[in-house]
Amino acid sequence: MDNTIVATHESHAEEHHHHASLPQHRHHFETEEQQREAGTFGMWLFLLTEIMFFGGLFFAYLLYRNWYNPAFVAASNQLSIPLGTVNTAVLITSGFFMALAVWAAEVRKKGMLVLMLVLTTVFGLGFLGVKYFEYKEKWEKHHIPGANFDISEFVNPPLNPKTGKPTEEPLAPDMAQKTQVFFSLYFAMTGMHALHMIIGIGLLFWYTARAQRGDFSSGYVAPIENFALYWHFVDIVWIFLFPLLYLINRHPV
Amino acid sequence: MSATSSTIVSLPDQKTATLPKKNYINAEDGLMSWLTTGDHKRIAMLYLISITFFFLIGGIFAGLIRLELLTPQPDLVASDTYNKLFSMHGIVMVFLFLVPSVPATVGNFLIPIMIGAKDLAFPKINLLSWYLYLAGAGFILAAMILGGVDTGWTFTTPFSTHFSNTHVVTAGLGVFIAGFSSIFTGLNFIVTIHRMRAPGMTWFRMPLFVWSNYAASILMVLGTPVLAITLVLVVLERTIHIGVFDPTLGGDPLLFQHLFWFYSHPAVYIMILPGMGVISEVMSTFSRKRVFGYTAVAFSSVAIALFGFFVWAHHMFIMGVSNYSALVFSLLTMLVAVPSAIKVFNWAFTMQKGSITFETPMLYALAFIGLFTIGGLTGVFLGSLGMDIHLTETYFIVAHFHYVMVGGMLMAFLGGVHFWWPKMVGRMYPESLSKLSAVITFVGFNLTFMPQFILGYLGMPRRYHSYPAEYQVMNVLSTAGATVLGIGFLLPLIYLAWSLKYGAIAGNNPWQATGLEWQIQSPPLTENFVETPIVTQEAYDYEWLAHKTEQEVTTVG
Repeated sequence: MDNTIVATHESHAEEHHHHASLPQHRHHFETEEQQREAGTFGMWLFLLTEIMFFGGLFFAYLLYRNWYNPAFVAASNQLSIPLGTVNTAVLITSGFFMALAVWAAEVRKKGMLVLMLVLTTVFGLGFLGVKYFEYKEKWEKHHIPGANFDISEFVNPPLNPKTGKPTEEPLAPDMAQKTQVFFSLYFAMTGMHALHMIIGIGLLFWYTARAQRGDFSSGYVAPIENFALYWHFVDIVWIFLFPLLYLINRHPV
Repeated sequence: MSATSSTIVSLPDQKTATLPKKNYINAEDGLMSWLTTGDHKRIAMLYLISITFFFLIGGIFAGLIRLELLTPQPDLVASDTYNKLFSMHGIVMVFLFLVPSVPATVGNFLIPIMIGAKDLAFPKINLLSWYLYLAGAGFILAAMILGGVDTGWTFTTPFSTHFSNTHVVTAGLGVFIAGFSSIFTGLNFIVTIHRMRAPGMTWFRMPLFVWSNYAASILMVLGTPVLAITLVLVVLERTIHIGVFDPTLGGDPLLFQHLFWFYSHPAVYIMILPGMGVISEVMSTFSRKRVFGYTAVAFSSVAIALFGFFVWAHHMFIMGVSNYSALVFSLLTMLVAVPSAIKVFNWAFTMQKGSITFETPMLYALAFIGLFTIGGLTGVFLGSLGMDIHLTETYFIVAHFHYVMVGGMLMAFLGGVHFWWPKMVGRMYPESLSKLSAVITFVGFNLTFMPQFILGYLGMPRRYHSYPAEYQVMNVLSTAGATVLGIGFLLPLIYLAWSLKYGAIAGNNPWQATGLEWQIQSPPLTENFVETPIVTQEAYDYEWLAHKTEQEVTTVG
């Protein structure tokens, strides 16, 4: 029930004689250009709030990594680099298809847009699938923080069958306890990231249905563009999470 | 305007005057048209009703606290109940009243009009933010009904995560959700102010109310998400026992303090800045002068927002932060006093040689200046390291922030509501009764909180429900003051409701003020302006106004 009364402004029709007024134009905006700019600006501001939201987690990570460096190094060796790398590739591919979806919307190709949105969704789901197996492994190894958390692997690392030496520098029990902080942050950070992916995939289903209906094939691309900003932002968060959690201070096993 | 006139109020002839036939209130009928509205003015009214409701609830808690403190013995409520009372008072007042108070009501109503726009940039998100507010408030109410929460409004770990057996998760989720309501309000304001200004409305022609809300919006957008993630971590820690703040697992409760105050210190500027904007408008109107040092006042809002982000650790001087960082944060805290003082001095100079009249909004504004100055200066006491160690966690702190939040923000809120009431509903409130209530509020407020400065200085700690007998006199004074204050708050509620039906018809511009909002009908049309205004004059240009009224044209409506 937004402003239903159109205030006729003299210049309105004149400025837009070159393209027909879109049905999605909301009347409290003077021009469609203004509407589009406001939407994009709003999205960037929202992403700024997201940066601050994740910023709290990154700050906690940097602090504790500094304090409990040996525990963080040992614990990060538990994460699977192959799975993490595959997931990074999957996510970037998903982002690539999202970028193509924006292009498809801009050139008004409905079929192409739907296809690209579906591919974005499929790769997004793929990422979450891989994440599921990674979480499952942590569950099996009792690396989920809480009452069942098991530090034995960090105190007495398994021996390397060839050399007979421990595969990992053994940690004193009190430092080994701090691996729990690492896993707390690992689950909080990747969990928050996954939550953003799930919300994004929910939106993707909705946008796919709307694209199928033809909502974005007549020059009205703002929602797709703005969603793409969100989707790329979620990608970028992962681009920071991956090295911080998986890669820094890795050493050959 | 002659210097001898005692009022600037100019109302239309009451015999012939009527409310405009078409306005935002009667544009559509039925409850659903309100609950699904995208009109910023209707959403502002929805907010006004909801925050008044929660103000009453918070006020009842405050009343119970003061009643308990009437006697030194813990006799009215059990100590657990007392802990819940002050926690719920704080949570309700901070998150459900103070943070949305001016921005979501007066700001929501006026910012688009002041910059000559038809609505906020995102009407649906504006409505969503009200529903988020309600959802958050629902969680907090649920926590209250289920038995309350006793962590204080600060959710301090490890108490909140491990030891409290009250409804921390429910209340925490409520604050989390209400936080998003404030993020969306801030986001909407920033985009609107950047992108929706009418032709000719340059940044330095904007009313200072818009500037101060803009600064507060920056804080909302950048600060609130940090509170959100902090509360998520508290909830995760409490439910699935992750170890981010838990010292037994290697976490550090001090990290919680850093994250919490990184939001909650800027949050006090979220609460006060929009109030300062109201004061600028009121001061200018009732002194018939442009705000002295317009640019300085505008930039001091932004400066407060900016500095506000770098002072949070002054809440933690006694919590084991390093001496060096305490020193730096102490210095930075002093810096915030500078832009605040700029504002106070500029308001004072605005009055100098002005034609001052003392209508109700002006009384509230004058109260604001005095009380905010006391609150602000005692803040400097608390920002100095040595004093802080003596005064922290005493009633001195309680008095300090109530001077800023109640003496400052609440006075500004009431002043703003009175000032724009004729615009919002098209009718005047009863002037003499409202003047009386402004005075009652001022007296009651000082009687309530001035003794608390002394109590705190003498060493009475906050958050205890019993105290040594020698503190009783001051506490009785404070409780008596709270009663007077309660009357001062109830009166406006009654006569403002009364005025909805029986108030005098206000006309477009009862105060003869300059803002764009006063050049349109009261109450405004749904789309605010019949035609997009083209702004050619500075804000507070009384010469332009005088010139304009010479060739008065009757407005449509």
